[in-house]
Formats: sequence, C-alpha cells, structure tokens
Amino acid sequence: MREFRYEQAPDAAGAVALLAGAPGGAFLGGGTNLVDLMKLGVATPDVLVDVRELTSREITDLPDGGLRIGAGVPNADLAADRRVRERFPVLSQALLAGASGQLRNRATTGGNLLQRTRCGYFTDVTKPCNKRAPGSGCGALEGVHRNHAILGQTLEGPGTCVATHPSDMAVAMLAVDAVVRVLGPDGERAVPIAELHRLPGDDPSRDTTLRHGELITAIDLPALAFPSRYRKARERASFAFALVSVAAALRVEDGVVRDVRLALGGVAHKPWRVQAAEQALVGGPATEEAFAAAARAELDAATPLRDNRFKVPLARNLVVRTLLDLVEVSR
Amino acid sequence: MTTIDRVVGAGVDRIDGPAKVRGTAPYAYEQDPGEPIAHLAVVQSTVNRGRVTRLDPARAEAMTGVLTVLTPDNAPRLAEGLASDLPVLQSLDVAYQGQVVAAVVAETSEIARAAVGAVLVEYAAEEPDVVLSADRQDLYAPEQVNAGFATDSIIGDVDQALGAAAVTVDATYETPTQHNNPIEMHTSMARWDGDSLTMWDANQGPHTIVNDLAKGFGLDRGQVRVISPYVGGAFGSKAFTHPNQMLAAMAARVVARTVVFELSRQQMFSLVGHRTPTIQRVRLGADADGRLTAISHEVVEHTARIMEFAEQTATPTRLMYAAENRRTTHRLARLDVPPPTIMRAPGETPGMFALESAMDELAAALGMDPIELRIRNEPAQDPERHVPWSSRHLVECLRTGAERFGWAGRDLRPRKRTEGRWLVGTGVASATYPTRRRRAQCRISVDGRGRYTVEIDGSDIGTGAWTALSQIAADALATDLGSIELHIGDSRLPRAGGAGGSTGLASWGSAIVLTARDLRRRLDDEYGGQLPADGVSVDGGVEGEGPHAKTHSMHAFGAHLVEVRVDQDTGEVRVPRATSVYDGGTIVNAKTARSQFLGGFSMGVSMALHEESLIDPRLGHYVNHDLAGYHVATNADIGELDISWLDEPDELANELGLKGIGEIGITGAAAAVANAYWHATGLRVRDLPITPDKYFRELDLA
Ligand SMILES: Cc1cc2nc3c(=O)[nH]c(=O)nc-3n(C[C@H](O)[C@H](O)[C@H](O)COP(=O)(O)OP(=O)(O)OC[C@H]3O[C@@H](n4cnc5c(N)ncnc54)[C@H](O)[C@@H]3O)c2cc1C
Ligand code: SF4
Repeated sequence: MREFRYEQAPDAAGAVALLAGAPGGAFLGGGTNLVDLMKLGVATPDVLVDVRELTSREITDLPDGGLRIGAGVPNADLAADRRVRERFPVLSQALLAGASGQLRNRATTGGNLLQRTRCGYFTDVTKPCNKRAPGSGCGALEGVHRNHAILGQTLEGPGTCVATHPSDMAVAMLAVDAVVRVLGPDGERAVPIAELHRLPGDDPSRDTTLRHGELITAIDLPALAFPSRYRKARERASFAFALVSVAAALRVEDGVVRDVRLALGGVAHKPWRVQAAEQALVGGPATEEAFAAAARAELDAATPLRDNRFKVPLARNLVVRTLLDLVEVSR
Repeated sequence: MTTIDRVVGAGVDRIDGPAKVRGTAPYAYEQDPGEPIAHLAVVQSTVNRGRVTRLDPARAEAMTGVLTVLTPDNAPRLAEGLASDLPVLQSLDVAYQGQVVAAVVAETSEIARAAVGAVLVEYAAEEPDVVLSADRQDLYAPEQVNAGFATDSIIGDVDQALGAAAVTVDATYETPTQHNNPIEMHTSMARWDGDSLTMWDANQGPHTIVNDLAKGFGLDRGQVRVISPYVGGAFGSKAFTHPNQMLAAMAARVVARTVVFELSRQQMFSLVGHRTPTIQRVRLGADADGRLTAISHEVVEHTARIMEFAEQTATPTRLMYAAENRRTTHRLARLDVPPPTIMRAPGETPGMFALESAMDELAAALGMDPIELRIRNEPAQDPERHVPWSSRHLVECLRTGAERFGWAGRDLRPRKRTEGRWLVGTGVASATYPTRRRRAQCRISVDGRGRYTVEIDGSDIGTGAWTALSQIAADALATDLGSIELHIGDSRLPRAGGAGGSTGLASWGSAIVLTARDLRRRLDDEYGGQLPADGVSVDGGVEGEGPHAKTHSMHAFGAHLVEVRVDQDTGEVRVPRATSVYDGGTIVNAKTARSQFLGGFSMGVSMALHEESLIDPRLGHYVNHDLAGYHVATNADIGELDISWLDEPDELANELGLKGIGEIGITGAAAAVANAYWHATGLRVRDLPITPDKYFRELDLA
C-alpha cells in the first residue's frame, strides 16, 4: 500500500477536472474493489477522487419506458427498485446473485461496471501477470485457471491473458443493451455497453475503452417489453463469483422466437454477447433442440484451457435451461 | 452448604456472550498495554527453496514512521533447538514460500505495510517441489504419526484375504490441502519489562507458547507470561507456537516498546499451518453376507522440508469395523511447503472420508443397505488393541439417526429420484474421535462468604469452555453458577494442556472435579463443614490419562445421514438437510455442545463441497490465498441440521463421563455428503471437494 491523497470535488465536472490533472489518480466509488486492490499493492493511485456522493444516486424514468440509473446508485438499491424488478428482472436478479448484502450496500453502479478481474495472479504482486505488469507473462495460462475464460482470450504473445470479467450486473446490462453515459475532459459521450468492455487483444492492461479521467455518470436502460432472467452457476450457494452465468430475455409468439437477448458471464474478458446464437434463434421454434443447437453454434468457437473445459457444457446447459424457463413464463 | 440442582447438562447461555456481543471482551489485538503500540509487518519469501542473496532494507528504514527493519543480519539471536519454522530470521535459507525474510516495525500498521514493499530482496532459488503423488520415489515411513500412533499396523494376511473375498472394493480417495481460517487472524502483542516478557496472544493454550518463548529467548518459564482470555477460533492453527509469537517478542525487545503483529488473511495461508493433502488407497474384502474379512488403508501425504508432521489419517480404520486381516500405513513426502499442522480432527477427518466412502462402495457392490453393512461389522472389542470398549454406541447412533432422518424404504439404487431439475439422494457415514485426558493442574479457593475462585490455564477458543467449566465447578462445589469466578487463558494460572484433541473438558473438567472434592473434604475434615473467615485454597489436578485408558478403548462415535441435491444442468450441490446422532458421553452444556456438533458438521460439508487450497506447481504458491478464493461454506450452503445425542455417560472415561465433542462432528461428514452425491447422481467423486467441474468430468463432458 502506498500513500495517496484523498480529494472531494463540488460536482462531476470538478471531479473530472481533478483527475485530468492527476495522471496517476483514480475515481473512488464504494471502494469495495479499489481499496482491496490498493491494500494488495495491485492498484497504486496517488490521488483518489471520491465520486460516490457526487454521481447521482437516483433512478429516473426515461420517456420510452426505460430507466436512467445514476452511477452512484448502490447495488442494493438498484436491485430493490420496484421498476427494475418489474421491467428488468434480469438486472435485479444479477445484482442479488453477486457479492453479499454488505458489499451491495456499499458498491456503486459505476464501480461495479469497472471492477477488475479476480484472477489470483493479477491480485498477487509477486506473480507474473500481463494485465498488472505488462510483459511479465500470464501466470494463469498454465497455472490455476479453473475459473478463467473459454472465449476470446489472447493465448500467446506479450498480450496473453485468459482472465474473465467478474461482474454479474454488467452481464445483465449487456443483455438489455444498456448505454453508459460518460463525462470526460472533452465533454460527454454515450458508450453502448457492448463497446465499454474489451477483449485482452494485445493489451490486457486495459479492461475497457474508457480513457483516463472519464467518469461514468449514468447508465441508460432502453425499455424491455418481454420476460428476462439471470441464472448464475457457482461453487457455493452465495458469495461466490460466477463459474458461468447467463442473462437472457425472450419473446415467443405461437412457439416461435420473435426476439431474444443472450449474454454470458464468466466466460471471457468481457461480458459476452451471444450473437451467433441470437441470430440462429430468431424466427425459429422455441424448443430445447433449437436452443441447444444455437448454444452450440456459439460455443463451438470456445478455446477452453486445460482445467476449464467444463465451462463449455455448463454454458450450453445454462443457456438452454434459462431459455426454456423463459418459454415457461411466456405461456 | 446447600445442595442445588445439577447445572451440568443444562443449555446455559455463554457467560462471555454479552461481553463478546458488545465488543468489550478484549481479544489479543484489543488489549491495552498502557503505552503506544508499534506495529509489525513481514516481508515474505516469494520462492519455495533457496537462499536470500540480497536484502536491502535501506529504503524502508528511511521512511518516516519506520522504527526498525529486522533481518537475519540484525535480528536478535534465538537459542538453538527451536522446532519447525520458529527460528525466524536466524538464517538466509528459505524452505517455503511465505517464509518471513524480514520484518518492519513502524508507528502504524499502514506505515509498516507500506515499508514492506520498500525492502529489496533477491533470491537464488531452486525449482519448487510441491506436488504430492503416490508414485514418488522419495516417500518414506515416519517413525510414528501424530499423537503418538504407530505408523503402520499389520494384522493377519490382508492380500490373501482380499484374494479370497467374495466381494472387494479397491479405490483411491484424495483430499486437498486445506487451510484453517478462524475469524480472528493470529495476533501477538509483546511487551518487555526488563527481562520479563508479557504477551497477549491468540492461541489454544498459553503454556505451550510460554515454553517456546522461554526456550527461544533463554528465559525461565516464570519470566514469560502469555495472556489469552478470548480467542476468535483456532481449529488447530493456534495450538502450537508459530512465527508470529517469536517475531512480536523479538521486535518488542529491539524497539523497547510494545509491538503487535496481526496476520493478514493472506498470511493465514503460509505462516500458521495447513492440513496436508492425502492420497488414500482403501481395499475392503467381504464375504457374500457383507462380513469384512480384510481392511487395508494406505495413506500418502506430505510434510515440510523443515519439520515432520505426519497426520494420523488411517488411525480410525484401526477401530471402526471388525475384520481378521488388517493393514494401515502412512507414507510421507517432504515437500517445499510450509509446515503442515493439526486442523480439526487431524487424522479422522481425511481418514474417515476414505474409509466411510469405501464402506458405501462396498454396500453398493453387495446390494446391501449401508447402515446394515456397518451394523454387521460392529466389533465386540477394539479390533487391533484387543481390549474392551469403555463404551461404544455406534449402532444406536445409526439406528436412531435412521429413524429421525426417515431412512426406511430408501431405494438402494442411485439416480432414482428427481425433483424438478434436482437429482436427489441420501447417504450415511459413521463418525468417531478418540477420548483422551491430559495432565491439568487447578487451584480452587473459597472466601468466607462462599465465593469460589477457580483457576486453571484452560482456553476458550470460542467453544464455550468459559461456561462449561463454570458449570462443572458449580456442581462439583455444590453451589450455584453465580458463586463461581473462573480464571482461564493465562499462563500464570495452574498449568494445563491446551484446547486440542477434544481433551479440554475431559482434562480441565476432571481437574476441577477432583480439586473441588479435595476442597470439600478439607472443609469437612478441618473446618467441620464451615467456611473459615479468611477462606481456604486447594491445589489439585489430574496427571494425564485415567486408570482405564490402558485397559479400555475409548472413543466417541456418531452417525450422519444426509440429503444431497445436485442440479443436473450445472452440477451445483446443495445439502438441504442432515441428521447427526452422537455418542459423546456426558454433555456438559446442551447449547454450546450443539454448536460444536453443528460447527463440526458444517465444516465437514465445507470440506466435501468447497475447501481446497490450490497450489501452482511451477510457482509453488497457494493461488487462492484469501476468503474470496478459498471457499468455505456460507450460511446458504447449510440446510436444516437435526442434531441429537444419546444420553450415555462413559463411566470409565473420566471424572465426568464425557468423551470430548469438539472434533467428532467433522469426522465422516464429508463421506456422508459424497455418498449421498453418489446416490443422487450415480457418480462417485473420490477427490474432494465435489465442485461443479467434477460433475462434467465424471459425465465425460469435460
Ligand atoms: C468478497 C467479494 C465478493 C464479490 N462477489 C461478487 C459477485 O459475486 N459478483 C459481482 O458482480 N461482484 C462481486 N463483487 C464485486 C463487487 O460487486 C464490486 O467490488 C463492486 O461492485 C465495486 O463497486 P464500488 O463502487 O465499490 O467500486 P470501487 O471499488 O470504488 O471502484 C471500482 C473501479 O471503478 C472505478 N470507478 C468507480 N466509480 C466510477 C465512476 N463513476 N466512473 C468511473 N470510474 C469509476 C474506480 O476507479 C475503480 O477502478 C465482490 C466483491 C468482494 C469483495
Ligand atoms: S489471465 Fe490475465 S489477469 Fe490473469 S495472470 Fe494472465 S494476464 Fe494476468
């Protein structure tokens, strides 16, 4: 742990300005991830700009029936909001499947999106990790990696990284096409969530496409007019990160899939939109066979590691079962 | 003196409960030495084997608030002959990853931790050798295994009997490295007054710690005082002295003020021991009626390069079931790992997983009910020592358990029950743990008004000993609980063994009973039954094992019956309900005893489904070294637990007829879960923990 300065700003613009002048600084949300990483020496900001109280803690209705979630909304409040539970059950369920009650009270929506991987080599400064120490190698590739990625990894070269993104909430937000509102030194921009997180490519040190000093101010959820659901498989009943999770929304009419949204968690460096499967399904029958074939279409591209091959059948089963459950509730 | 109702047996609330709930019970870190406290943090080796080639503390020493940096160059010399990793900072050699190579003492813990990062260390390291396997060429037989048991036991001709058996089982079971993680991390606060050392410390027995400190610092035992009234869990990890106590004492001497060292959670995975992984081959032979003719249990496990700890894994197999031909063996590999240690029911916990799983496999092979198989092999006397039982009610536990659980009518075949997407199964296993008594001294004083002071260096590590010992004293002195003032957890008190081996109440309780008897006799003989105005004080105790220990085999027993559900899509496992019935002799406090049984069983579920320290074979470290990565069962993982016990005091065991209950709950529990998992799924996972990936592995899907 190194010494740092703690700063508060009068408003969001002030916070952005503060950080623009501090290349080694970071925003502080609930601190449930960042402070842990600072104690471990993984994160070493010299300035913390506290944004927990100054980003909005409100959830407001959007004209189309969607919702705008302030970046400062605690995970617990977001999960409990009646509108979220009614219109976006997938999001409420994802939040409640994550962390613990205490953590959800403290954690913010913005911070949750930007939490860092739980890879055990990343969090141990004495071990090689290309994400934390570019060029030092990837400890997990041949090491302990049962809960690492099966899709979209970088498997060789200096960019090697097989980590997963740990957030449950982000997977649900991806499935419903959330838009992340960002305020930076150059003004505001809107980032579709599919473009927020990135694959390791040749630079695993970057989790997202945000630039230094860009503040998440809110997340917009466009209206969702059909049933949705989140299902998470994990190694214990509570307080464990996903082995694999699935966020799904499904519109079925007369046994035919009219619309489907599918995203997987625990499988890649970013929440994974299951596009191949979505395309294969629309217009086809809402049957177990069709769901299984669609899941296979996506997972055929998987490149599992020595010890995480189980994630392929697990992901397939979760997709099929979750879609079948949604067919059930659509009846 | 008036006679009152017995309080032994009653579910008396913890007398230390209110203080703990209010946060006013001082644990080691919260003690007030009466002066500003300096904080210690450690630099740990990042290699498993080799030597420190460069150690430069200059940058750390220059930081504001840093008082000193201790290194092998400048650290006080400790006396020769300290065991294990207690000679801290005495040489530049490295024997395991996480070994302390330097220590920073600073004004605050934050400064100390920051300065740790500023100490420069370089190593000449060799490849770590950390992987246990049964084919290693360097396996060896230790001279004996933990708790003084023989390494091997061979009776009859096992191989011949196996060859001739109608039905056999030959299976290999594996348990992973596990780490004790009590809520309170190990904490030592040291203060020197001249040549006298006071240490407020989290441990399972102050006297044990005094011995090592006195030895290491060349002091008389009387010059060292260890104070430990409240301890936040231990499970074996605080039974022996670890580097934390040595370091705190060294540092306090150097900076001449009080120093505290509280381990971080991550450091719990290298500095205070772990349970060895085990590879256990069990072979059983039986006739067509299920009568065992041969039992073989061969154990391979690890120990550290710098000390030998041989877990007594196969010892329960020496007594559980009758069979003419028997073999148990233990072989060790010396690896570049931190020193292993005891962890709740060392020996019985991994050993009963293997034995009780194999019994289940045998029942399946015979097409026989697994409870019936166990009853059929109930030995009339100890099958290896050939002495009678002091008492043994295993069959009654199994039968009572079956009734309470609703076992009757169970389909013997696996994978026959589903509910929704859940595969549902039930399983059973026996439990056992030795009954022992250790040496304990005690002093009881009474004042002129009938207030009793009971002094004994016992420990309450969260078990309820504060309360149970007060109950025992009240009955033994024929008074009420309110008239007893108990003092424990301080090495100035009369000497007693630590809380370990489930011997606490058997030893301390017996000492109290005998000393109380003495006191009452003296009051009667010398004072005509009256209390003298200035009181009386009596010293007493027990020497060790009781008179029947040699002539009888003494053990607690139990039975677990468990329902398991496995999600057929994900392989996730749940334990919605379980019944456990114990033969634990006299139960002193119904409430704290239930907590011990409940905690032990829950730890067994945790072992079955979650706990596993994952080592990186190339880098040599435990990768999941925190509680986000090392999973222990959460409340949501533990379903309805139906816990009960037989009312059967063991008259031969000790003064109180109790058998010791702190550990038995975990024994057999993992096997019961694994057996129920098999019954639910038809899949036999023989390597713990039963995580979802293994479901897909067993289905050949991964
Ligand atoms: C033991 C444990 C178990 C957990 N289990 C789960 C789980 O099962 N599922 C799950 O999804 N999560 C889990 N979590 C993670 C938890 O959800 C995150 O720690 C939390 O959501 C982070 O939010 P925060 O506000 O505390 O972020 P912080 O720790 O404050 O910040 C995280 C990152 O976001 C940045 N940041 C914060 N706010 C903003 C903003 N407005 N704009 C730009 N950048 C910002 C920070 O600079 C930092 O880099 C677990 C955490 C712990 C400790
Ligand atoms: S998987 Fe990524 S985060 Fe983990 S060690 Fe490799 S590079 Fe680092």
